[in-house]
Amino acid sequence: MSGIWVVAEERNGRIARMSFEALAAGHVLGEELGLPVNAVLPGSQTGALTAAIATKKVARVVRIENASLATYTSDAFTLALEQFIRAEHPDYVVFPHTYQVRDYAPALAARFGQVLIGDVTGIGAGPVFVRQLMQGRLSGEYRPAGGGICFVSVQSGAFRTEQTESVPATVEVFTPKIEAAQIRTKPSQPFRSSAQTVDLGSAQFIVSVGRGIKEAENLPIVQELAAALGAELAASRPICDSGWLPIERQVGSSGQTVSPKLYLAVGISGAIQHLVGMKGSHCVVAINKDPDAPIFEIADFGIVGDLFEVVPALTEAVKAAKR
Amino acid sequence: MKIIVAIKQVPERDAQVHIDSTGKWIEEGDMQWALNESDAYALEEALQLKEKHGGEVVVVSAGPERVGSTIREALAKGADRAIHIDCDDLGHLDALGVARLLSAAIAPESPDLTLTGLQSDDLGYGQTGVVLAELLGLPHASLILHVEKTEAGLTVKRELEEGWFQTIELPLPAVLTIQSGGNKLRYATLMGIKKAKTKEIRRVTSQELGSAAAPVVFLDRVFAPQKQKSTQILGGTPKEAAAALVEKLKFEARIL
Repeated sequence: MSGIWVVAEERNGRIARMSFEALAAGHVLGEELGLPVNAVLPGSQTGALTAAIATKKVARVVRIENASLATYTSDAFTLALEQFIRAEHPDYVVFPHTYQVRDYAPALAARFGQVLIGDVTGIGAGPVFVRQLMQGRLSGEYRPAGGGICFVSVQSGAFRTEQTESVPATVEVFTPKIEAAQIRTKPSQPFRSSAQTVDLGSAQFIVSVGRGIKEAENLPIVQELAAALGAELAASRPICDSGWLPIERQVGSSGQTVSPKLYLAVGISGAIQHLVGMKGSHCVVAINKDPDAPIFEIADFGIVGDLFEVVPALTEAVKAAKR
Repeated sequence: MKIIVAIKQVPERDAQVHIDSTGKWIEEGDMQWALNESDAYALEEALQLKEKHGGEVVVVSAGPERVGSTIREALAKGADRAIHIDCDDLGHLDALGVARLLSAAIAPESPDLTLTGLQSDDLGYGQTGVVLAELLGLPHASLILHVEKTEAGLTVKRELEEGWFQTIELPLPAVLTIQSGGNKLRYATLMGIKKAKTKEIRRVTSQELGSAAAPVVFLDRVFAPQKQKSTQILGGTPKEAAAALVEKLKFEARIL
């Protein structure tokens, strides 16, 4: 067994930010268990990138190098990591919980008769792994049965990237065997569906609306509040899925990431996919009828009540204050 | 095209959640249940593909007796028949255990395409479809918003992070996990509900599928999430709460 291996991810010619958070999680686990922490980067011609990881207090750094890893496919990445894991026998494999990891790590774990403990937000003694359940209304503590490799992916923002640098580890290269015929899918280059005309990222005030608004016909009450505040209007995914607001106003993992001075969440329960897009906001206000809604866990101010009564009252109060 | 859609019954979105006496799960006694949201989109995609290309849509779902109501809902929306994997101990299985059951039920059907929702709204593992593809030995694509049948197989639109997308070509048979929002969901019609009563629901037990295996991961404890911030809850009538909030934003947060 060779300790903890953190799988870094390359994106647009750089190491994806979440890889460093996964490394931080690896170190939490390493300290808990007294195991060495190592890093591995699958890709093609990534030699220039490994320097950024080699100084992050890792015992070893390995580039998994193969031309067929230049573009992500689940088949090539699963094969490459499978061969690497069979060669190295890790105790733990830690991933950042990216869309890419979600696409192949569960299959990789299954290949070893294991289950990915995904989207982990905390690591406790044991170790046990904490992740959210019921759209963030509950937390669950997961314990691996032991006796096999443990696969874990960590949620964006859950572990703080470490600033301390160490003497760089030497970088090794692992070359997996991948036949072209083993790759069954053919991905295109990424694209954006349409020109973004709304830049929520630079907005100072955002009023964001969720499922609690019930009907598209009810949107004017939040539009009036946004107008009174001089705020941009945004939404959680279900509102855009229903076509009530354009997708360019969607905040969350699949939409825009925002960090305004004020984020006012109206009728948004606060599923993690939404929270990751707005938890950098300076001040969060939540209006929701459910006192247990997860949005209140990260809100500075909250009003528990019927948004159809609270929002018009708030619009009036804002107008009065600005007069 | 023969399409199988794996669907899950989950607690209704607004249901009150109480931790049960074991501390390992929630009380299910008075729970209201619903079809998992992204599974509803998977079913919709399957029904639209059938309308375009012909064929059959079969839904498969694992769980106890109560799952029958969600299966009938899918039949009422237009699925042709169903397989109910009857098991009372779904909660004791891990993601691999559930995928093994589904795979054992799906494999003999030899579908052209298998769809699942992206993620369940209760456990949220988001891996059943991907593991299913691995167990069935089939190619897969996840987070799919749009599916188009081509000469060679499928072209699908995959969601990436932060507003990016890509298309993926893959051969059939294949497994896709469907993201919500790609289509507009249909409602069951009265005629559909009536027809559903005569459609076949084949029951198989998990023992018959012979795929039991000891879990490799246990959910040991569930608990209320820890607050990351101390929220000031502003009470009173809506008018009072609104006035208090404006005061706070003005004088405490200093952002108005």
